[in-house]
Amino acid sequence: MNYSWNWGILFEAPYAEWLLSGVAWTIGLFAASMVVGFGVGTGIGLMRIAPIRWLRIISGIYVEMFRNVPLLVQIFIWFYVMPELLPSDVGQWLKRDLPMPAFWTSVVAIGFYTAARVAEHIRAGFLAIPAAQMQAALATGLNLRQVYRYVLLPRAFRIVTPALTSEAISVMKNTSLALTIGVLELMAQSRQIESYTFQSFEAFTAGTAIYIALCAAVVFVARHIEARYAIPGMIQSR
Amino acid sequence: MIALQNVSKWYGPTQVLRECTLSVARGEVVVVCGPSGSGKSTLIKTMNGLEPIQHGEIVVDGVKVNDPKTDICALRAHIGMVFQSFELYPHMSVRNNIALAPIKVLRRSETEAYKRTEALLKRVGLEGHADKYPAQLSGGQQQRVAIARSLAMDPKAILFDEPTSALDPEMINEVLEVMTQLAGEGMTMVVVSHEMGFAKSVANRVIFMDAGEIVEDRPSGEFFSAPQTDRAQQFLAKVLHH
Ligand SMILES: Nc1ncnc2c1ncn2[C@@H]1O[C@H](COP(=O)(O)OP(=O)(O)OP(=O)(O)O)[C@@H](O)[C@H]1O
Ligand SMILES: [Mg+2]
Repeated sequence: MNYSWNWGILFEAPYAEWLLSGVAWTIGLFAASMVVGFGVGTGIGLMRIAPIRWLRIISGIYVEMFRNVPLLVQIFIWFYVMPELLPSDVGQWLKRDLPMPAFWTSVVAIGFYTAARVAEHIRAGFLAIPAAQMQAALATGLNLRQVYRYVLLPRAFRIVTPALTSEAISVMKNTSLALTIGVLELMAQSRQIESYTFQSFEAFTAGTAIYIALCAAVVFVARHIEARYAIPGMIQSR
Repeated sequence: MIALQNVSKWYGPTQVLRECTLSVARGEVVVVCGPSGSGKSTLIKTMNGLEPIQHGEIVVDGVKVNDPKTDICALRAHIGMVFQSFELYPHMSVRNNIALAPIKVLRRSETEAYKRTEALLKRVGLEGHADKYPAQLSGGQQQRVAIARSLAMDPKAILFDEPTSALDPEMINEVLEVMTQLAGEGMTMVVVSHEMGFAKSVANRVIFMDAGEIVEDRPSGEFFSAPQTDRAQQFLAKVLHH
C-alpha cells in the first residue's frame, strides 16, 4: 500500500477550521437533543406510571412508535414528509423561514426518539422502588405530589443514572446521522476533508478520536453526578 | 378511636376481607395474628386508607376513612404506620427521614422539627445517629428510626405491620422494648405480629384472622389460655412451638 501519510493536514487551513466547526455543530446537536430527549422523556415516563388510564395509553403508544422506527427513517420523515403533511402555511414556514431547518429537524428527530427510550428507563426506575415505600410515605400524611417530589423521584433518579448515561452517549453518536440531511457536523466535516484531500485515514481517525473524546467527557460528567448523589452506606457500583 | 363495621374487600374476584368488624379504644393495644395470607396487612392498611374497601364503614378518630370527601392526608398525618421492611427513605439522613413529614405536612420550622428529632432519637435509644443514613444502620436501628418517624407526627394511634419479622433474633427485643414503652405511655396501637410473648404481656386484646375473617377477638389472657376455635388452636400450637 503506497499511501502517503500526512497528519499535518488536520492542522492546516481550512481543514482545522472545518473540524472545529464540525465539533461545534455536533455539540450543539447533542445539547439541544438532550434537552428535548430528557425533558420530553421524563414527562412521557411519568405519564407511563400515572394513575390515569388514558395518560398511560397515550404515552405507551408514543414509546412504541418512536422507539421501534429506525432513527434514520424518523429523520427522513421529519425532514421530507412532515412539511408536506402539515397545513401548507406551516409547511411553508418549516421549509422557507425556519432558520437552520436541517439542524432543528435533527434535534426534533433525535430528541423524540431519545425521549421514548428515556421514558422506558424512567418507568423502570419507578417500578424498581418497592410499593411499600410509597405507602410508607403516604402514611405519614404527605400527599401524592409530595411523595413523588421528595421520595420517589430522588430514588428513581439514582436508579436510572447509569442507564441515562448510556442514553446520553447514544445521543452523542446519533448526532452523526444529521449529516444525511445536510448538517455539517463532525462526521460531515470528516468526510468533506477526505473528499478534498484524499487523506481518508487521517480524516476519519480525527473524527473517530473526537467522538471518543466527546463520549468520554459525557461519561466523566455522569460519573461526577453519580458520585455527587451517591447514598452513604450503599454499595457503590465502582 | 378505630372502628370497622362489616368491612369487605376484594382483589378482582377474590375476597380478602370478609365482613370484618372490630373496634379499638383509645389507649388500647390490639395484636392481630393469623396464618400467612389471611388478610392481616390488608386489614390494618384499610385503617389509614392505604387499601380501599368495597363494602362496610371505617371510622378513625371520628373521621370516615372511606368517604371520598374525607381529607385522607390530614387523617394519615396523625395515624402512624410502621412496616415490616422499615421503608425508611434511603437517600435521606436519619434526621431528614424523621423531619420530612413534620416540615412538609405540619409546616413546622426546620429548627423546631430538627430539635424534636433529637428528642425522639433519644427516646428510641438512638441518640447521636441523626446524621447517619439508613444503609449505615442495623435492621433493629432502622426500625426504631421508623418508629421515631411515626412519633414525630404526634400520632393518636400507630399501626404496626409485622415490625419485627424482618429482624435477626438479637434485634427483635430492642424494637419490642420501644413498643412496650409506647404502650405503657398509653399509645393506641394495632400490631400485626407473631410475637406471642409481646401479645401476652402487652396486648389488651388479640384478634385472630383466617381467610379474611376475624375468627376470634378476645382479651389476650383468654385467647392464650383457652382459644375457642380449632383454627386458632392449631395456629397457636404452630407459633408457640417456634
Ligand atoms: N395487590 C394484590 N392483588 C391481589 N391479591 C392480593 C394483593 N395483595 C394481597 N393480595 C392477597 O390478599 C390476601 C391477603 O393478603 P395480606 O397481605 O393482607 O395477608 P397477610 O395476612 O398480611 O399475610 P402475611 O402474613 O404473609 O403478611 C392474600 O391472599 C394475598 O394473596
Ligand atoms: Mg402481611
